[in-house]
Amino acid sequence: MPPADDFRSQIEALRPYLMRFASLQLRDAAAAEDAVQEALVAALAGEAGFAGRANLRTWLTGILKHKIVDAIRRQAREPALPQEGEDAADEFDALFRRNGHWAERPAGWDDPDGALEQAQFFRALERCLERLPARTAQAFMMREHLGLETPEICKELGITPTHCWVMLYRARMTLRECLQQTWFGR
Amino acid sequence: MRLLTCKETTRLVSQGLDRELAFGERVALRLHLAICVGCRRAGSQMRYLRGAVRKLATIDLKTGF
Repeated sequence: MPPADDFRSQIEALRPYLMRFASLQLRDAAAAEDAVQEALVAALAGEAGFAGRANLRTWLTGILKHKIVDAIRRQAREPALPQEGEDAADEFDALFRRNGHWAERPAGWDDPDGALEQAQFFRALERCLERLPARTAQAFMMREHLGLETPEICKELGITPTHCWVMLYRARMTLRECLQQTWFGR
Repeated sequence: MRLLTCKETTRLVSQGLDRELAFGERVALRLHLAICVGCRRAGSQMRYLRGAVRKLATIDLKTGF
């Protein structure tokens, strides 16, 4: 095991990454900072639990995820986020005809793997995420960014599985439409 | 069996990323996807989003990579 100071500085070096990780989910710099701080304190206290067994970043990210879920739970108790109606589903009216078939067939994406090598693409993706309604974005990021399973997301957000699936569907369809317009279809 | 619409198909493809689909759902999905390029594209784009979002945290937007 490295000396304590060494461990501390290795952890500190990962702070920017952890801040970014937390901010993507919490969308609030102060809340993200609190979560990161709590994770770092827990990490330093639990150094023995690390003991060089795993990748340090992976280990810290695991701790941070729990702190982020705690923050989401606290946010959920505050009536801050407006509820988004479950039946707003007809924003897809433009995508589908009345008979449920595509109004305009989705275009294929050219070189999607290449996009993953470009910082510009990730900026476009973040802008698309920012345009999602807050609760929809929150559920989507809990699923795809934190990697939580839907029962846990439902529990933390106090919604039914059906509502959860609707929100995730809505997020995915809106994001692919947004990336089509702002990146792949340019 | 009634054929799925594109709206129903994309909804099921999305749910397939979140839960295990029932046998009947998988069959209906496969039938529709076999004949519908639009839904195949939408499906692979939704799966692609998952990978892209996972990578998002590792990108430093100021410096690139």
